[in-house]
Amino acid sequence: MSDSVSVAIHGVSKVFGHDRNAVTALDDVSLDIREGEFFTLLGPSGCGKTTLLRLIAGFEHPTRGHIDLHGEEISHLPPYRRPVNTVFQSYALFPHMTVAENIGFGLEMQGKSKEETTSTVGEMLRLVQMEDLADRRTDQISGGQQQRVALARALAPRPRVLLLDEPLSALDYKLRKGMQIELKRLQNETGITFIFVTHDQEEALTMSDRLAVMSQGKVLQVGAPREIYAHPAVRFVADFIGDTNFLDAELLEIERDRTELKLPSGKPVSARGAARSVDGKVHIAVRPEQTTLTRDADAAHLEGHIDNVVYSGTDTHYHITLPGGESFVVRTQNRGDSGDEWQAGQTAGIVIEPGAVQILAD
Amino acid sequence: MENSLSTRRNQFSVFKQPGFTIIALACFIVLYMPIVVLVVYSFNSGTSPAKWDGFSLQWYAAAWNNSAVKTATLISIIVACQASLYATILATMAAMGTTRTRPYRGQNVIYALVNQPLMVPEIVTAVALLICFAVIKELTDYRGLAYLVLSHTAFCIPFAYLPIRARLEGMDRTLELAAADLYANSWQSFRRVTLPQLWPGILAGAMLAFVISLDDVVITEFVKAPGQDTLPTYMLGQLRRAITPEINAISTALLLISAILALFVFLLGRKHGN
Ligand SMILES: Nc1ncnc2c1ncn2[C@@H]1O[C@H](COP(=O)(O)OP(=O)(O)OP(=O)(O)O)[C@@H](O)[C@H]1O
Ligand SMILES: [Mg+2]
Repeated sequence: MSDSVSVAIHGVSKVFGHDRNAVTALDDVSLDIREGEFFTLLGPSGCGKTTLLRLIAGFEHPTRGHIDLHGEEISHLPPYRRPVNTVFQSYALFPHMTVAENIGFGLEMQGKSKEETTSTVGEMLRLVQMEDLADRRTDQISGGQQQRVALARALAPRPRVLLLDEPLSALDYKLRKGMQIELKRLQNETGITFIFVTHDQEEALTMSDRLAVMSQGKVLQVGAPREIYAHPAVRFVADFIGDTNFLDAELLEIERDRTELKLPSGKPVSARGAARSVDGKVHIAVRPEQTTLTRDADAAHLEGHIDNVVYSGTDTHYHITLPGGESFVVRTQNRGDSGDEWQAGQTAGIVIEPGAVQILAD
Repeated sequence: MENSLSTRRNQFSVFKQPGFTIIALACFIVLYMPIVVLVVYSFNSGTSPAKWDGFSLQWYAAAWNNSAVKTATLISIIVACQASLYATILATMAAMGTTRTRPYRGQNVIYALVNQPLMVPEIVTAVALLICFAVIKELTDYRGLAYLVLSHTAFCIPFAYLPIRARLEGMDRTLELAAADLYANSWQSFRRVTLPQLWPGILAGAMLAFVISLDDVVITEFVKAPGQDTLPTYMLGQLRRAITPEINAISTALLLISAILALFVFLLGRKHGN
């Protein structure tokens, strides 16, 4: 992975339809996707992920803004002139061609010689471990195998960028896990920039070098999985990725990159970053696993009433109601010696680990 | 128990309506009885097309040896082959133009225009063509078969267009996107991806067009020059004289050709689940 930009999206908007029927699928999106990185677009259904991919592939044209590939504007190029290939969600394998013919199609259209096509197809078949099925028709292979063929077909012409639109969503859980690892391996081996679309946050976190969280046509936050998980910038991101407790706090003091806050319980807590607030109130997020329960009232940041204790194998979730009526979840990992120390109905103190408080911008 | 009985009773079934069987049978008899009679009397050994004299194949032999029938058959086939070929090519282009473009204004108007021959009374078209071609004949002095081919092409277009368009609409559009994504330009994408899947539709369209052309009387009767009789217009001409079972024999042969083509279209459609 290098720092040079592969795909640069500059202020791109896409509006479908006209006047009263207009749908804004993308709203002023700007992104820099680096060369050779595994970049993920993550967001709920209808947020514009597919639309963004289609714009990069050239199947649609932006209403505003432009897209650059390695510093050159490509917005005006038709799909067949862009060194970008797509793995479609439905695979879109050509039903009248064999596996090998499918994989060779792009090379043939590029005008590669017969020998070169044959050898590259062979290489691709090896890469996705499909050598035995080269002459099968595409409707005579399983879903997972079709997936591999679609991948090989898109990789064969050696695109600068590979676009993958929820390529794993049609596979069952086990196959999916296997393909996740395989995709990462392929990306490492080929060094091609992958732009991957998913609405599965776990998939996004485990696979990406960086990801963009999208909602309603906007990019809300871009960063490494760790960064996004630990420091969600806005409420939507905190809520969409992982479980989160939301609280209102009062602003006490802002130092350069630290903010002192007062929790609803009156206890002080400090958070990374500078908060901005007009009325002295700040919205904060706290991950459940970064909190613990205590009987020590002095050490506790918050106090509440345990409504419910849910045991889930590795963890235990405590659903707590705070005095102000807010609900709060504490999650602790189960260890061999931990008994059922806390029961529903008890009052417990909540300790927030240092650095666990995240200030939200909205 | 009572429940299931009452739902069954409430379910509307056309088979259970009073008189269904009788009406259906009557329709089939009205539709097919004349054809059965026609076919049966083509094997009549007598000269009357209405009085049975015993079995023979003489009228088939007579038709086979009749040079006027041969000429008319040849013209029919030449015209039908050419017209169905041109109509299919044009219909394929029209179908691409109405399904593989961004929605544009007037798309429905184009659709209606392509299907015009289905809506305008044939006799009106026939008269219009007669007058129009008379002018051209006057100007160019050309009197060949092209007039027939041209008019047959025109009225065959919608028959070729409809199955081709249906097939195009049923196809997975992402396949064409995938082709474009893999560096195929519009023509390559059409040649390598669209066309191979469109074949059943194109064949069905072409055969329909062929049968329709083969069968045409009204427009042909108006447009043809002397000596350009097709099989149907020749038969029409014969009716004005004494009719013999030779007409039955020719009709039966035509029926057989049409039936074979129709069967082919049907099998093609079934094989491709369309
Ligand atoms: N061709 C189109 N015409 C009109 N509206 C469209 C079109 N394509 C997409 N949209 C709209 O744009 C918005 C974004 O769609 P898009 O397909 O990009 O969502 P997505 O994030 O890929 O969702 P999903 O996860 O369900 O695939 C949706 O509201 C959708 O209805
Ligand atoms: Mg999508």
